[in-house]
Amino acid sequence: MTPVQAYTLRLGDDCLVLGQRLSEWAARAPTLEEDVALLNIALDLLGTARSLLGAVGDEDALAFLRAEPDWTNALLVELDNGDFGRTMARQLLVSAYQVPLWAALASSTDPVLAGVAGKAVKEATYHLDHASAWVVRLGDGTAESHARVQAGLDGVWPYAAELFETDPLVESLVQQGITAAPAVLLPVWQQTVERVLAEATLTVPESSWRPTGGRSGRHTEAFGYLLAEMQHLHRAHPGASW
Amino acid sequence: MDFQQVIDTDGRIEPRDQMPDAYRQTLVRQIAQHAHSEIIGMQPEGNWITRAPSLRRKAILVAKVQDEAGHGLYLYGAAETLGVDRAELLDLLHAGRQKYSTIFNYPTTSWADVAAIGWLVDGAAIMNQVPLTRCSYGPYARAMTRICKEESFHQRQGFEAMTVLSRGTAAQQQMAQDALDRWWWPALMMFGPPDAASPNSAQSMAWGIKRFGNDELRQRFVDATVPQAEFLGLTVPDPALSWDGEHHRSGEIDWTEFAEVMKGNGPCNRQRLEFRQQAHADGAWVREAAQAYASKHRPVA
Ligand SMILES: [Fe+2]
Ligand SMILES: [Fe+2]
Repeated sequence: MTPVQAYTLRLGDDCLVLGQRLSEWAARAPTLEEDVALLNIALDLLGTARSLLGAVGDEDALAFLRAEPDWTNALLVELDNGDFGRTMARQLLVSAYQVPLWAALASSTDPVLAGVAGKAVKEATYHLDHASAWVVRLGDGTAESHARVQAGLDGVWPYAAELFETDPLVESLVQQGITAAPAVLLPVWQQTVERVLAEATLTVPESSWRPTGGRSGRHTEAFGYLLAEMQHLHRAHPGASW
Repeated sequence: MDFQQVIDTDGRIEPRDQMPDAYRQTLVRQIAQHAHSEIIGMQPEGNWITRAPSLRRKAILVAKVQDEAGHGLYLYGAAETLGVDRAELLDLLHAGRQKYSTIFNYPTTSWADVAAIGWLVDGAAIMNQVPLTRCSYGPYARAMTRICKEESFHQRQGFEAMTVLSRGTAAQQQMAQDALDRWWWPALMMFGPPDAASPNSAQSMAWGIKRFGNDELRQRFVDATVPQAEFLGLTVPDPALSWDGEHHRSGEIDWTEFAEVMKGNGPCNRQRLEFRQQAHADGAWVREAAQAYASKHRPVA
């Protein structure tokens, strides 16, 4: 796999795993409008994942036949959904990262990434608006919703740091103009997230714990169950077409 | 024009028009039941989203379940034009006081069930619903026009998925046949009891809500579907099925099974309702928060 492919796969894995998580909400959302919205976001992420995985190899072989250590998504996207507050807090953190990422990648020197990002940036902007609106409503809603969304945020917050880690792969791609430096994305993310949390009357969590490992295939316990569920049918019928 | 004249000239009744109470009540019951069916129907198919065997099928299924939520929204919206609100109708559903289609009380135990539901259940829904696009009540008719376009898309996707399975490995073919075996009769029951045993049908026909009898619609479905099963190389689980030169005639439907499922004794009645009640209860704090936020931030007039 070339460095660009390895990087493309990271981004595709983020989208696929988060799309899978969001799709677990099907028929369980707090309102019918949210059933539509959550599935819509899941579908966008799944679509982006398919474009990215498809640029690396066979999308189904990559999605259904890779074992845990071969997945390179960030840990944040594989965390369990928790309640609606936690799901929206996680979505805020992810979308606030994806918007500037896709915006930067839209002018990548890599044509595949640039093409995918051009479409994904519009979708991620909607995801960010949607998650922000909910985090604000929940944070500034009732005492119960405030407490719940704050707890959800506190739970997912430490995992956000991994999104902005750098390593030799990222550094080499930054140098070639293929992607943006995490150090450039981080302040944009911080500004967005802090603005939303302030409006939501929520406290920006402080954490010295920075769980990591997703980009090198070291995942959380929850991830094994996600893969088991997602892959079992495909794996039970080797070589079958669907 | 008064109500009867509109009906007699095949016109449309709109929300502000005068209408008999019984007409309004019949429509509320029917549209609510239809809306409930859309949202309960998300469960059996949603059941396979996380396990879909390819990313393409996963995307198709997510989009379909999303469509069904959208259908629920259109239909609750149509019901609201008659002076009831969605929250009230959902409470009636959760309390078991309003019904939804019996078909969703059967389990989806294999992937082929997703394909079979698209092919047969969406297929039967289209037979039932296309005539409703000409229903005398305007908002319902218009909702059905939008919905039917998407249902026919679902039906084609289901049939296509079924085609792949029935041309696939031995295990896939077996899965497809097993799904047809389990879904065929419940799909026929979706058209409701025979006309002779359907007391409200005549009044609904007179009001232009219903355009065709249950038996006629069921026959159309059988005629359309039997050749499709043949094309797939699958066997319709009805030894009495015969061709009379004009129609494919099915054997006797087991109406005691239908009555049991109606009564709440289908395999999944309790599960489907409890799932809905749980989702609704789990979401209560979110809906309350949205309301509290909206009233805090209501723009000052
Ligand atoms: Fe529908
Ligand atoms: Fe449908």
